[in-house]
Amino acid sequence: MKNVDLVIIGGGPAGLAAAVAARKSGVQDILILERDSELGGILNQCIHNGFGLHTFKEELTGPEYATRFVTQVRELGIEYKLNTMVLDLAADKTVTAMNKTDGLFQLHPKAVILAMGCRERPRGALNIPGYRPAGIFTAGTAQRLVNMEGCLPGRRVVILGSGDIGLIMARRMTLEGAKVLCVAELMPYSGGLKRNIVQCLDDFGIPLKLSHTVVDIQGKERVTGITLARVENGKPVPGTEEHYDCDTLLLSCGLLPENELSRAAGVALNPVTGGPAVNESLETNLPGVFAAGNVLHVHDLVDYVSEEAAAAGEHAAAYIAGGGAAAGRTLPVRCENGVRYTVPTTIRPDCAGDTVTLRFRVGGVYKNKKIAVYRGTDCIYSRKRPVLAPGEMETVRLKAELLRGPGDAVTVTLEEG
Amino acid sequence: MEKRELICIGCPMGCPLTVTLDGGAVVTVQGNTCPRGDAYARREVTAPTRIVTTTVRVTGGILPAVSCKTRSDIPKEKIFDVVRALKSVVVPAPVHIGQVLLPDAAGTGVDVVATKDVAEV
Repeated sequence: MKNVDLVIIGGGPAGLAAAVAARKSGVQDILILERDSELGGILNQCIHNGFGLHTFKEELTGPEYATRFVTQVRELGIEYKLNTMVLDLAADKTVTAMNKTDGLFQLHPKAVILAMGCRERPRGALNIPGYRPAGIFTAGTAQRLVNMEGCLPGRRVVILGSGDIGLIMARRMTLEGAKVLCVAELMPYSGGLKRNIVQCLDDFGIPLKLSHTVVDIQGKERVTGITLARVENGKPVPGTEEHYDCDTLLLSCGLLPENELSRAAGVALNPVTGGPAVNESLETNLPGVFAAGNVLHVHDLVDYVSEEAAAAGEHAAAYIAGGGAAAGRTLPVRCENGVRYTVPTTIRPDCAGDTVTLRFRVGGVYKNKKIAVYRGTDCIYSRKRPVLAPGEMETVRLKAELLRGPGDAVTVTLEEG
Repeated sequence: MEKRELICIGCPMGCPLTVTLDGGAVVTVQGNTCPRGDAYARREVTAPTRIVTTTVRVTGGILPAVSCKTRSDIPKEKIFDVVRALKSVVVPAPVHIGQVLLPDAAGTGVDVVATKDVAEV
């Protein structure tokens, strides 16, 4: 197998943007490894519009957004292998993969970008009581069946979880002739965008039942019904059970970064995000192994995936070119007061360019707050936010010069606005 | 005087809006914290529009269906008419992104176009 400088694992939005940026930064030999039969990743099944407002200043569907990047990859002559499964990543960056034409092969690149995306939380991880009949799908599986394979997975549907995929599928199943009885959400607020609640539920008269969850699934061969109950303090309230006759239950209950390869390679993970712990260059604890997109932390908008992945591509190019500045000191990034995590978790001020981008999410709904960043006890950044919600990723850009010189840890926090 | 309750979709605040109408004309918009809420409410109660995205069957392609959209917004009450009109549309592969799959869908004057390439088998 011909050797390459950079292997990108995953040909979705993160892998494509990373490849384009790495090529534009001078990396000649790039190889994208993609397990599906086409590039574009999950965007191919996200046929709804609303993608790309930040990147292209127009509203695109998922396949159109993917096509913009696939076209660039082709025009730049970047190589890729489809139907190719990466089996192993070693700490020395040896990539072991296989497909039907090349068989089993190994690559020894100078750098690797992890861009494997994420996976849906399945029923087994939700502890829903009841039988295990057919008719229980994750929302993304149903999305693929309807939008790419032309199958309707059910006729009478209840959806658990009000994340954006669940909301989008409520509309999609309705347009295809199914009856969506309701969307149940465990939390007292929806994790989805307001726009999706209005345009996917309200437009079609689909009720959203907040603080409700599934307490029973009936049916032995196929789902015949489910029981919902109101939830208080994390427990179902007896006497609030409601029965729904349905043949399908869709689950939209969160996404988990897919890091089996990373873990086996010895990449240190952040327990909050489930993704690699990275520095300001999006580099993991393994030198030359970078991460971007949903494998790093679950994003809300694909535009931010593309931006982050382009940065990873540029940093990987700099690593391959070698001769980088001495690493200097490493500052830890801490989070407080409702800030759940940050990406990156460490900053080497001497390795940063002009700005350091911090992305994070909050743990609850907050109003009239201020995002503040401290270095030791000095406030180096502050911005008012009228509303913050767990469904929205926040971005902070710090001037790197404020981080240079002696000083303490960086802390990201929320304060009264 | 008629009152309509809406949720603003302009940003994550999701302001609850109350629109007062008199014979179909907007009299007041209340509950918004910024001008975007006012503009959204006025449009939403007088002439709500949506982009419709769905799929159309493909023959002889590497996929059995191709994703598509209305090229621009259509009146909200025409959503199901457009979807029904697309039920009988079948296109032979190859399909190219931007290709018109159904001109003037359901009398809206808006074309439905493919949002993806589907190659021949």
